[in-house]
Amino acid sequence: MSPRRSTEGGRIDRGRTIRFSFDGKTYQGHPGDTLASALMANGVRLFGRSFKYHRPRGLLAAGVDEPNALVTVLKGTVREPNIAATQIEIYEGLTVESQNRFPSLDVDAGAVNQLAGGLLSAGFYYKTFMGPVIGPLRGTRFWMACEHFIRRAAGLGRAGRDADPDRYERMNAFCDVLVVGAGPAGLMAAKAAAEAGKRVILADLDPVPGGSANWSGETIDGLPAAAWAQGTIEALGAMDTVRLLPRTTVWGYYDGNTLAALERVADHKPAPDRGEPRHRHWTIRAGAVVLATGAFERPLVFPGNDRPGVMLADAAVRLLREYGVVAGSRLALFANNDDAYRAAAALAEAGATIAAIVDMRDTVSPAARALAERAGAELLAGHAVTGTKGRKAIREITVQRLREGEITGQPRRIAVDCLLMSGGWSPAIHLASQAGTAPRWDEALQAFLPPKPTQNWVGAGAFAGRFATAAALADGLAAGAKVAGGKPPRKSAQPRVETLELDIAPAPVFEIRPPGKAGKAFVDFQHDVTAEDVRQAHREGFVSVEHLKRYTTLGMATDQGKTSNVPGLAIMAEARGITVPEVGTTRFRPPFTPVSLGALAAERYGELRPDRLTPMHDWHVENGATMYAAGLWYRPMIYGGRGETVEQAYVREAAATRAGVGIVDVSTLGKIMVQGPDAADFLDRVYTNTFSTLPVMKARYGLMLREDGLAYDDGTTWRLSQTDFLMTTTTANAGKVMQQLEYYLDIVWPDLKVTLTSVSDQWAGAAIAGPRSRDVLAACVAGTAVDNDTLPFMGIVRGEIDGVPVMICRLSFSGERAYEVYCGAGHGLHVWEALMEAGKPFAIVPYGLEALGTLRIEKGHVTGAEIDGRTTARDLYLDWMLSKKKPFAGSMMMDREGLCDDDRIRLVGIVALDDRPLGGGAHIVEHNDPAEIRDSIGHVTAGCYSPALGKYIALALVKGGKTRHGARAFVSDPLRKRFGPVEIVSHHFYDPEGSRMHG
Amino acid sequence: MLITCPYCGPRDLAEFSYQGDANRPRPDQHDTDQARWNAYVYDRSNPAGPHREYWQHAGGCRKHLLIVRSTLTHAIESVAFAGAQGATPQAPRRAAKGRTKTGPAKGKKP
Repeated sequence: MSPRRSTEGGRIDRGRTIRFSFDGKTYQGHPGDTLASALMANGVRLFGRSFKYHRPRGLLAAGVDEPNALVTVLKGTVREPNIAATQIEIYEGLTVESQNRFPSLDVDAGAVNQLAGGLLSAGFYYKTFMGPVIGPLRGTRFWMACEHFIRRAAGLGRAGRDADPDRYERMNAFCDVLVVGAGPAGLMAAKAAAEAGKRVILADLDPVPGGSANWSGETIDGLPAAAWAQGTIEALGAMDTVRLLPRTTVWGYYDGNTLAALERVADHKPAPDRGEPRHRHWTIRAGAVVLATGAFERPLVFPGNDRPGVMLADAAVRLLREYGVVAGSRLALFANNDDAYRAAAALAEAGATIAAIVDMRDTVSPAARALAERAGAELLAGHAVTGTKGRKAIREITVQRLREGEITGQPRRIAVDCLLMSGGWSPAIHLASQAGTAPRWDEALQAFLPPKPTQNWVGAGAFAGRFATAAALADGLAAGAKVAGGKPPRKSAQPRVETLELDIAPAPVFEIRPPGKAGKAFVDFQHDVTAEDVRQAHREGFVSVEHLKRYTTLGMATDQGKTSNVPGLAIMAEARGITVPEVGTTRFRPPFTPVSLGALAAERYGELRPDRLTPMHDWHVENGATMYAAGLWYRPMIYGGRGETVEQAYVREAAATRAGVGIVDVSTLGKIMVQGPDAADFLDRVYTNTFSTLPVMKARYGLMLREDGLAYDDGTTWRLSQTDFLMTTTTANAGKVMQQLEYYLDIVWPDLKVTLTSVSDQWAGAAIAGPRSRDVLAACVAGTAVDNDTLPFMGIVRGEIDGVPVMICRLSFSGERAYEVYCGAGHGLHVWEALMEAGKPFAIVPYGLEALGTLRIEKGHVTGAEIDGRTTARDLYLDWMLSKKKPFAGSMMMDREGLCDDDRIRLVGIVALDDRPLGGGAHIVEHNDPAEIRDSIGHVTAGCYSPALGKYIALALVKGGKTRHGARAFVSDPLRKRFGPVEIVSHHFYDPEGSRMHG
Repeated sequence: MLITCPYCGPRDLAEFSYQGDANRPRPDQHDTDQARWNAYVYDRSNPAGPHREYWQHAGGCRKHLLIVRSTLTHAIESVAFAGAQGATPQAPRRAAKGRTKTGPAKGKKP
């Protein structure tokens, strides 16, 4: 016989039928069914194959703690593996397949592993695959050979390869009180808090909240408990201040009372409704939290405890009362506590035969005895189940006398088709453990109870070790009142419960070890960890709880040891001859249950960075620019579109600039207003050179060092008035420099009267360079002269271009006579176009980053390629900028021995002697052997074809720097297969006297 | 993690950027003692417990805050404006002692 559907009972709708498929076969179920209950109702008991030994496995639990019945849900070509059958609500067309079997669940080739069980014991991987090669079957190389097959054989479900087509959402929520778990305790807490006027979120992981009220069969306030729960939930739902979140698992408890939850919005439908996501991720910030997460029943550890048909007692009750499924027709119960007797009574009432109740305790309470009698069961007190039989489902158990921990007497066989077991209960303390310190062991309950709160939460009900419904209701009420800050509740507010009082405290026995050779007794069902594995870990010295976990993988599967944690610790405690709390427990970590990655990412996938575009961006694109990403910014690389190569384009642009005039967008430079009476003093402290002496309406090139003395950033700073400076930084460092300056003002020199304002986005900038640049300005600038007397090198003037106020500073990055024209960003394009128009008679050419780079390499100016965080000012021959008259940031650290070493790599110029390009990153060597990849004396930082010199040139950092000028060397770039002779020269390739830019 | 900015109120961690250990006073700009500068740039205390550190409310008011945070629990004991009266960073006594003797004291609570 097999499990069947009862004629009445449960919350399923027997009037309607849903068709779904499991491993290609079509089954029928009813609305309200889970995959587990529907398959059981169809007589299916084999749900999967185990992880290591491929043993047949059935349903163990009825909730989120299910370790065995993991399946893969198929939607189109999308596969979602390792979902517990108990967590899947069936819908029309649901398609599911079992896992970890080949060719089929019924006939699985991997089951041969059971024969090799001795080889696959704890530490199998470490022992077999680590370390040196000793024989043919040992060591890391052996792993390389076996990996493919092992990876195929190991693991559970197989993920799909197709992209997930579903949509996910994330939400932030705030509430006064978050109640986790909507069982009797949680419902009362939510009610008390809501009635005290608090904003409440009530989250429950099941589709129908109510927790144990849905299957306890008790009566609350004169109503069946399930009906009472639904009534309470409806009343809560009608309140504006309450948000109900069914199908929502709170999976993480983080700092600051921030909790993470996953709402499965549409998993129970064939497809999400219009506008609906599949999952919604909630970040909930709660003023206070009530943890009413209930408890998990524990399996007992005995040989053959994993055979399909062996299940937790409470799971059978849930199947019966929630789904109208009777787990077997002839059952036995194996327990170490009174409370489990309820299951026997419930199933007997549903028409099943209870063959025996096997209780390992010698004395059983009268109440429990009465239940056994009512169930018509033979009560075998002081006995234990020592084995099970049956190929793919249980058909027989072996029972023996258990006297003072020893198995004695003759085995007795009892034919059954289902064995219920109960080893006591473990409160679901996961969230509390995440939020707090170590849990404490309760001797009476033989369980870990929640730790002392370190955040603002209150526990209630079974979570807190108060299992009886009346106690849980009282607890919830008190917890709700407490977090609401109100008065303690009156006794009359508490619902009346009619139930049979039974003691839940278990006998402290977790494992049954019959003498002699017995079958495998499983502790962790999902990872196939046996009691013997735990003992082996002990024998081999892995006795600490952390080592035990890693060595045996106990509790490391997707169920995170919900059923296996305490039995595993108890077996280790016994092996070591100490108590469970002395062994200790690992701290639970998020997530409580697996979380879909899609929900964590929600809409945040693909390219997430913003694009920063200058005001002239569209003009560049329209005029043929190839845009280039510089951090978040986009800058023109070249203005192509004439069928030119990149090199032809930048050479044309650079040559035209040196011959006539060019224009480049410099809006991306970092710009910071430094203002206040102490602004000049502040700049003196952060720049290596002096700014307090800078006249108003003049600019100066400045260099900043890091606190450790290495070069940091450079740029020009313009003095606009006695107390106003406009500092420019490199594009890449704009944010970092701003932050560093703020750090100095907030922390180091809070007494300085200086304010900083980032104005990078407020100013648009265009640099025009070349011998005709002054002519272009003269043609379009009103309100000021631009001749050499009015606007000398490093001078600043204010004027107007086509009606727009502009600021013009004469400075040069190209080595030509050049000007930077700044205007309000909103007018950037207007001014740019006016400059282009004025430049037409002089054949003005827009140039991009490549030409900009070419001009600066020819001139020997440094940028981020040389100021790379490893070079000092001296390495770059910027010593002239290091003031000797004042200290500045980094001045005490820059003279350290290692930073002054003669052998450091320093800035030089390089000329290719074979007329071939020099690429950044290529090494410089002294030997002439392309095959020898060694003895680098430095590297190229940036290279180009120089139209001014008619050669391929580069800047480089080379040991000894200047001392090698005139020397021959070789460029070695094996990755790009480039080797050739070069000459080391001064980095001032072009116009070293600077006559062109000063003229 | 929530940080209660004295200007902006309780804000998410994502709005802040960590600005380093606050147990290292920067030597005076004119200080020429190399050892003090080395200590400032390189030495950090690494306590298991309360730690004084700077955070900048970079995604908000941009002020630097002096925060005492437990490195074990992330619990924040106090938040103040950095550089404000009374909040000037001081080297913890333990670290100073450790340097003069045989290395940092172990296992003692600051």
